Amino acid sequence: MRRVDTRPLDHTSPHRPAHARWVRLCHWLLAASVLALGVSGFVVLMAHPRLYWGEAGNDLTPALLELPISRNFRHGGWQQTVVFSPDGSGGDARVDGRARPVVSASRTYEIYNENGWARSLHFLAAWLLVATGAAYALAGALTGHAARDLLPRARDLAPQALWADLVARLGRRGEAVSPGPPYGPLQRCAYFGVAFLALPVLVVTGLAMSPAITAAYPFVASVWGGAQSARTIHFFAFALVAAFAIGHVLMAARAGFGRQLRALTIGERSAEPRSP
Amino acid sequence: MTSTKLITRRQALITGVSSLGGLALAGCSDELPPTYGNLLRIGDVLTYKAHRLLLPERTLAKEYARSEITSIAAIGTTDPGDARQELFTPDYGEDYARLRGDDFADWRLEVEGSVARPGSYSLADLKRFPSRTQITRHQCEEGWSAIAEWTGVPLRTVLEASGVNASARFVQFYCYDIVADGIDMLDALHPQTILAYGMNGRDLPVAHGAPLRARVETQLGYKSMKYLRKIVVTDEFDDLGPYGPLRNGWAWYAGI
Repeated sequence: MRRVDTRPLDHTSPHRPAHARWVRLCHWLLAASVLALGVSGFVVLMAHPRLYWGEAGNDLTPALLELPISRNFRHGGWQQTVVFSPDGSGGDARVDGRARPVVSASRTYEIYNENGWARSLHFLAAWLLVATGAAYALAGALTGHAARDLLPRARDLAPQALWADLVARLGRRGEAVSPGPPYGPLQRCAYFGVAFLALPVLVVTGLAMSPAITAAYPFVASVWGGAQSARTIHFFAFALVAAFAIGHVLMAARAGFGRQLRALTIGERSAEPRSP
Repeated sequence: MTSTKLITRRQALITGVSSLGGLALAGCSDELPPTYGNLLRIGDVLTYKAHRLLLPERTLAKEYARSEITSIAAIGTTDPGDARQELFTPDYGEDYARLRGDDFADWRLEVEGSVARPGSYSLADLKRFPSRTQITRHQCEEGWSAIAEWTGVPLRTVLEASGVNASARFVQFYCYDIVADGIDMLDALHPQTILAYGMNGRDLPVAHGAPLRARVETQLGYKSMKYLRKIVVTDEFDDLGPYGPLRNGWAWYAGI
């Protein structure tokens, strides 16, 4: 068994790769799973592009948000068949507080639905994300990489520090940045926030939509205020991850894309001194 | 030439992946849904296996108060007697229209397969069994959900009355439209898995599966089959051919 090297990394050594081998491996496995999750998740959302707050919600109850991303958006193909409670005593009034009758209606519209493959791909990619994420978190804790290189320090969270970092990064047009740690305040907040906050929130809100898991552990859904709240949080948490991914690729491109890619694949370390 | 080579390589990949899946799942193949070497189906089986290994059995899905009942959409087949509907089949659709005209007085649920006492039950027979009423959340694979009250006979009660063999592993549902689906014995014997004939305090409406539908509260809505006509208990997995979910590209296990 190989011993885990817990010594602090010497970031100036030209012989040590900018990113440890396990970091590079986890990065690309996570990138692949997030890409697959994003594509399949979007296709799943296209089947029902409405978001709700609370335990339950459907086309006959008020939505928190409706997204015009498929032909299912406000399709209106409903034929009312049953009025269960005309007095509005039901649970449809969560969103706007208005009393509404509890009804049923039959769908008369052929919706867009590719969930057969999209759902299964989503869960397959989720397995990859969870397995890789667990290995990454474990290795990050054992090697000290997470605490040393990623965890934002108190001074990194100061608005002035983040602003100064942003101005400096946007101003350094075309100037190559040495890949790998040490990271600035923005990088620490972004990397730590995505790896240790947004992705775990996505996993748990995803599990909150599972009927078998919420039957076994109801708090997985109730902690978010219900399975539909969890679905809405799942959407917004992924929107943050997607925004990060776009920003991440753009920043890598500004910092010298080829060099950043080589550092993150073959583990190349540039001998140039890091720009201040 | 190039295409031949590509196909060969792809098939090598598929064979490799499926044998990996086979290795990982060896020893219980006749008790698991088939993967057909499809990577997506291998993922589904992994989820099924993980749920069965890791989740506690017999925990109940959340039940709600009457005041939390919501409006509910009816989708898929909403009248199996209507020849214009996508999943209509003349084999059973015409029977359904006739039975419905008579308020399902002549309707019977057949129970057969790996049982000591195969037979059939009228709606009145089923209503003579002790009933269970539950207010639960229907969770559709599309992403929406609805809370409704369901009244019916626990599937377990009907299976026990039919004398299920010790070797039985799965329960398959056959419907008056052109679909069939099944669940394993763990879900079949779950206390909240019922054959519902009532909804929100009245008879089950046609749009929601009259006269009898399954309620499987530990899985997504599409496993709660509507318009039941026959239940078949099997010792081995049955993908139900073109009528089942697997051949139509859907996961068999929908506990996710």
